Amino acid sequence: MNNSLKHIEPMVHHSQINVPYTWWAGDTAGRFLKTLRDEQTIMGTRCNHCARVTVPPRKTCPTCFTENQTWTAVSDQGTVVAFSVARRQLAALVKKVPVIFALIRLDGADTALLHTISQVDPAEVTIGMRVRACFSKDAGATIMAISHFVPTN
Amino acid sequence: MGKQRVAIVGTGQTFHKSHRPDVNGQELINEAVGRALVDADLTIRDIDAIVIGNMDHFEGINYVDCWSVDGSGGFMKPVIKLTTGGTTGSTLAIGGYHMVASGLFDRVLVIGWEKNSESDTTGAITTAFDPVWDRLVFAGAISGLAAEAQAYMARYSATDRDGARVSVRDRKHACNNPYTQLRKEVTVDEVLASPMLADPIHLLDVCPRSDGACAVIMAGEHIAEKITATPDWIWATANRHTYTYLGDANFGRLDSLAAASREIYAKAGIREPAKEIGVIELYQPYSFAGIMWIEDLGLTGYGQGAEFVWSGATDMDGEIPINPSGGVIACNPIGATGLIRCAEAALQIMGKAEGHQVPDVDLALSTGFGGCFWSDILLHGRRKPDF
Ligand SMILES: [Zn+2]
Repeated sequence: MNNSLKHIEPMVHHSQINVPYTWWAGDTAGRFLKTLRDEQTIMGTRCNHCARVTVPPRKTCPTCFTENQTWTAVSDQGTVVAFSVARRQLAALVKKVPVIFALIRLDGADTALLHTISQVDPAEVTIGMRVRACFSKDAGATIMAISHFVPTN
Repeated sequence: MGKQRVAIVGTGQTFHKSHRPDVNGQELINEAVGRALVDADLTIRDIDAIVIGNMDHFEGINYVDCWSVDGSGGFMKPVIKLTTGGTTGSTLAIGGYHMVASGLFDRVLVIGWEKNSESDTTGAITTAFDPVWDRLVFAGAISGLAAEAQAYMARYSATDRDGARVSVRDRKHACNNPYTQLRKEVTVDEVLASPMLADPIHLLDVCPRSDGACAVIMAGEHIAEKITATPDWIWATANRHTYTYLGDANFGRLDSLAAASREIYAKAGIREPAKEIGVIELYQPYSFAGIMWIEDLGLTGYGQGAEFVWSGATDMDGEIPINPSGGVIACNPIGATGLIRCAEAALQIMGKAEGHQVPDVDLALSTGFGGCFWSDILLHGRRKPDF
């Protein structure tokens, strides 16, 4: 089959469809994103049943299935719980490879936040590493208002 | 327990390839359906209902349930679509089982398919991520798996050689399966020398992109034995979800698979899965999963998966062969992949696996995995279950 591909002209249609989407963040994510943009503060929600603090915030605790009504600020510092280094420049990647993806449990939170680590040699990154958020004033009310994380030392 | 027991009475697959420019979607589906009907010695008129699925975003053509009747044979029949990401194929199998077990349908045709060659697989997978939180900073399927492997390796001191050994096994097994896509043996050193995609995953650690379809025919207990002398009885199914955002997962453990397997073992009275189960078709999209997830399945203790694999226990002649078909690393038409695991387990029970047959299989396990850490399992048996 691979060889035959060289000898045929398959009839193909290259789509020109363009379907732009607009996603509403909603009140819960919106409050987090506005606080992040305006105050450079990272907020989580606390479940009144299990006491777990989730970042990103949740309107409903996923394990207790009850409404979260308590907001709490968490630290801009945390611990790497998992990471990977993307080596291929995929179209969907905004940053230049190598990109260090990391799941970071911020101090005061019980879940990890997905983000990137920069300004460090990928070979130096370890699970358990302490990192700190760097903020961007230009990114608007998006998660990129944290531009990246850096090692604390 | 449903209203009636359910057995698989026929299976069919395409010869899976990287590209199938010679057929469109419904024509690809038709090949698998035709082979399943021949295998069961049935005609399309015998089929009561159809359950079909894929992941729409890979082809950019939605609603296969509506446009595929010349492929599926669904003309003037009930057709239902199921799609659950990576687990689509195994969810289809569980859905077909539910339909027959309910007693409402006696002969259900289950179809999973994908033409991954028709789009950018990584870009399409990224559309499954949350756009506000995960999608702005992340892309593709591999990095999430890589983070899982990193967390496991840090916890249990596993190495990239351990992962490579799993890839060597599956790629060797694939050489015995004429339907699969990649049939070429590799060595541990070749895996480690292949390009690094996302640390610690090399190119030869992961599945390819594939075009392919799979069809499975399920029948109720009062007719299954009339259709075939060797039905594959579905003993039990289980499914677990854990996840909303990527940061919720317990990285380094697949909690959903552990919980689903314990439900299966409890239903079937299995105490020592590595001894009692004869073969496993594991939905294992990359090599490291072949170490971590067999621990979650309870084949070994935590941290002992690599040693178990290196011992040869999961090779074709081992205590519990895993992926005699070559598994997902050899072939991954995503919406079909979970159903291929189910069909391959059925072939092992029915004694129809030919060049990759494991001798005397009484119980087989097939699984499905979704990129955000959820799991499906089916338990297959040669004997009709007595529960
Ligand atoms: Zn809670």
